[in-house]
Amino acid sequence: MISSGKGMVAMARKTTGDIVFEIIVYFLAVTVGLLCLYPILHVLFASFSDPSRLMAYHGLMLKPLGFTLNGYRLVFKDDRILIGYRNTALYVGLGTLLNMAVTVMGAYTLSRRDLYWKKPIMIIITITMFFGGGLIPWFLIVKNLGMFNNLAAMLFPTALNTWNMIIMRTAFEGVPHELEEAAQIDGASEFYVLVKIILPLSKAVLAVIFLYYFVGNWNSWFNAMILLPDRGKWPLQLFLQEILVQNDSSYSTVGTGGSVAISSVQGTTAYRELVKYCSIIVSTLPVMCIYPFLQKYFVKGVYVGSLKG
Amino acid sequence: MEAEYTLRRTKSAKKELIRKDFHAHWFAYLLILPVLAWYLVFCYAPMWGVMISFQDFKPLLGFFRSPWVGWKHFSEFITGPYFWRLIKNTLLLNIWGLVFGFPAPIILAVVLNEIRHKWLKRSLQTITYMPHFISLVVLCGMIYIFTQPNGVLTQMVGFFTGHTDQSLLGVSSYFRPIYTFSGVWQNIGWDSIIYLAAIGNIDSELYESASLDGANKLQSIWHVTLPGMLPTIIILLIFAMGGLLNSSFEKIILLYNPLTYDRADVIASYVYRRGIREGSYSFSTAVGLLSSVVNFGFLWATNVFARKYSEISLW
Repeated sequence: MISSGKGMVAMARKTTGDIVFEIIVYFLAVTVGLLCLYPILHVLFASFSDPSRLMAYHGLMLKPLGFTLNGYRLVFKDDRILIGYRNTALYVGLGTLLNMAVTVMGAYTLSRRDLYWKKPIMIIITITMFFGGGLIPWFLIVKNLGMFNNLAAMLFPTALNTWNMIIMRTAFEGVPHELEEAAQIDGASEFYVLVKIILPLSKAVLAVIFLYYFVGNWNSWFNAMILLPDRGKWPLQLFLQEILVQNDSSYSTVGTGGSVAISSVQGTTAYRELVKYCSIIVSTLPVMCIYPFLQKYFVKGVYVGSLKG
Repeated sequence: MEAEYTLRRTKSAKKELIRKDFHAHWFAYLLILPVLAWYLVFCYAPMWGVMISFQDFKPLLGFFRSPWVGWKHFSEFITGPYFWRLIKNTLLLNIWGLVFGFPAPIILAVVLNEIRHKWLKRSLQTITYMPHFISLVVLCGMIYIFTQPNGVLTQMVGFFTGHTDQSLLGVSSYFRPIYTFSGVWQNIGWDSIIYLAAIGNIDSELYESASLDGANKLQSIWHVTLPGMLPTIIILLIFAMGGLLNSSFEKIILLYNPLTYDRADVIASYVYRRGIREGSYSFSTAVGLLSSVVNFGFLWATNVFARKYSEISLW
């Protein structure tokens, strides 16, 4: 929008300084882009590489070292990845549904204009953005309420995110008031107004908030780590932590059948390395496939100054 | 007499108003109930639970029957051996984040805004957003891979130091750079969105008149773009300052180990280790409470400062 008008003026008289400036700008931007991209490409290339060559390799990787799909074969045979994927699908599916429902409910109420109790409600919510009980009391309360080692632990503590609710409220407030009034004069209920007028007109923000929750649920691991001791209930991220981060010897000794499948393959150490790369790709792919489609809405999903007023 | 009459009348008018309001908006109030219940259970109940920092909390005795011990845990922490180390590490790690992580997305937004090839701008945005969608566990997994002896980062550092025989994560002096720059990598693109939105709201006439006044590109960035972003920058800076004693301990507990505790252990990771891992519930709650009080102090002070000098503030 701005660049067109500004561009025309700049085009009219381009000085040497402007050209130097432009070169620097493009150079900087492309450098940042490459720096952001390279680590991901490195992992991608390594995941297809020959494990023994991978072990011996030092330095930057600009193409796969050889080509093999063995790493991916092992990953898809690994019980941990399969169980993790299944559990994550359950937690993300139900969790995101619950997130959206609760967030829409809160945002709807907070977007009403003339609620008598709106200000007290807003104060109750805003206070929690500045004060909290901290990790330990939260953990004890959640555990005492029976949300431990079960599905509830993965759903209710993260059911709502205040920022997301406020972003959605702002979008709902932007729906033309006349539309709602006209519908209400025609005898439409509040439920009808919400479902048939407000929600369809806020699709962009609903999509962005959905993405935020989806990604948050997909990537979350901490709550699972402290609330789910039972391995059979672990989400993908927790198994990934075991595969990627706890770089001790627990790999071939602990756990379910999956690790046996890997340790029985020749060249365990090399394959163990290869599996790391492959499991990164396999676990990250779903999220990577979604976000570019919603990219044009991201700007609508940021809202500073929402705390004011 | 008369005063009492008006008072009674306003009181009943108020009652009438509340009744009418509820009648008109019962649906909205119905919908907010589960939301308020959520805040009650997951935000306010833990705030009430902070009282265990003044108790010797035993899970078997619960919140109500655990003995009260006053300020014992607070004084134990303040006089303990780790107090200053934790304060220093938390502050330094956040200051590193502020110095390197805060300006980076601002610069990226300004640079992206100057790119006139639409396809390039959009692809660069897609690419720089990508790291944001990688999970913390995977990010840390990648850090482990890149910092092992034959890893890319170890090789690059080794080019200068000559040492490539051990993981960089085992050397405490590398912890702050690794933590900070991996954070910059993950968030530079995503955090630039908000600044791009701010730039998008700048009136394009300002650029034209700057150009008519003979401003070159750099000058128009300095005199138009940056002032236009300033309110956003200040609000985000207030938040960042308010978080100086906060840290994303989840990333720290994934990356640190006893070899690097002397620089990597921060208040929040200490609370986690002592509380969740070792079960010292009351002690670690006291530590957490102390740091949130100080944190709010930072936030409040920055807000006062910002209001005084820029007239932009949170409240």
